[in-house]
Amino acid sequence: MIDFYIDTHSGVPPYLQLIQQVRRALKLGMLFEGDQLPTVKEVVGRIAINPNTVSKAYRELEHEGLVTARAGVGTFIAKSLSESTTALAPLRHDLQHWVEAARKAGLDDESIEALFRECFRAPSGAVVA
Amino acid sequence: MSAVLETEGLTKRYRRQDALSDCSLEIPEGHVVGLVGPNGSGKSTLLNLAAGLIPPTSGTLRVLGQPPAASPAQLAKVGFVAQNTPTYSGLSVSDHLRFGAHTNPGWDQALAQRRVEQLGLDLKRRAGKLSGGQRAQLALTLAIAKRPEVLILDEPVAALDPLARREFLQILMETVADHQVSVILSSHLVADVERVCDYLVILIASRVQLAGEVEDLLASHHRLIGPRERVGASPENQVVIDSSYTDRQSTLLVRSDGPITDPAWTVEAVSLDDLVLGYMSQGKRGEHTSSVTPEGST
Repeated sequence: MIDFYIDTHSGVPPYLQLIQQVRRALKLGMLFEGDQLPTVKEVVGRIAINPNTVSKAYRELEHEGLVTARAGVGTFIAKSLSESTTALAPLRHDLQHWVEAARKAGLDDESIEALFRECFRAPSGAVVA
Repeated sequence: MSAVLETEGLTKRYRRQDALSDCSLEIPEGHVVGLVGPNGSGKSTLLNLAAGLIPPTSGTLRVLGQPPAASPAQLAKVGFVAQNTPTYSGLSVSDHLRFGAHTNPGWDQALAQRRVEQLGLDLKRRAGKLSGGQRAQLALTLAIAKRPEVLILDEPVAALDPLARREFLQILMETVADHQVSVILSSHLVADVERVCDYLVILIASRVQLAGEVEDLLASHHRLIGPRERVGASPENQVVIDSSYTDRQSTLLVRSDGPITDPAWTVEAVSLDDLVLGYMSQGKRGEHTSSVTPEGST
């Protein structure tokens, strides 16, 4: 089951943080169709946030079609999002190599992140093979 | 939906000093309301008025549609935990529960016992021998077990260590989830308010500076960063809450209901912390409306 957390320094509204955490868990293959999300009471009892925040995040996820709420039972993942592991594994492998190369080239974490973000934002097709 | 707290022109004066001035609020039910502001800004006064412990000097207030403490039925709807979460130091935990059962018609003994068990409190232990965190939890238990419709808490976690604070807020939020109780709490700790509150009231120098749903407030406030020469050329339709300048740069905290289109400004989102601090430093300068607002509509 997913373990939520709230980063109060991130500037991201708490309900969005919960949504992002569910999406991330789905994409990384840590949550699958049929998995149950913790109840609102369980979440607030663990991380001490407003129950309305959790309800709002769950409503939003339902609206996106990622979860379904079954009255009196709970909230369940409606579809899996994880990229097929066959695609994910080689990409992760390449990226790990790239990160190691960047470290060897003397880049610190901040520079690596900045570079990654810069390339991420570059228009696609910018790479000349 | 009716209002949990509705005040109009509410004023409380001690001698010649206003502890609360002309406070008008309408807070809908079902929220966890955070009341923030510097020491002496009137937070406790407002909460004591809402709990019916003190009468107003002028103005009106209604809690759940009724004047506070107007009737036993009204008293039963309001749970109040005063500052420093007071308990009777000579009485044991079980004495407290017995006392609660005797004095509250809607007392939920099963709930009280379950909570005390959960907390691992020894029923025979005197309240004076409990830790600060345990005493706060006992006071909260008493307030919750009367099954109120609104819980009013004055700085409930100020004196607690971070772990006890977290545990207190966990129980409080579980209670909100379980019983749909409205909560009004005061706090200095904006990080806590940000976690648990979905409605914010900022009190400064005995006046309400800002009130509204946290999400709306964050959406309508922005940080603008622009070149220094634009000082005084305040963006249109915006109220400047706070400003700071270096020799090259202006940084403004503004309230604006529409989008900001002037390309000279870089627009950033603000955190609740930025927002509260911005209003507090405005209050410190004694400005209630900014001199650069076009309409000065505060």
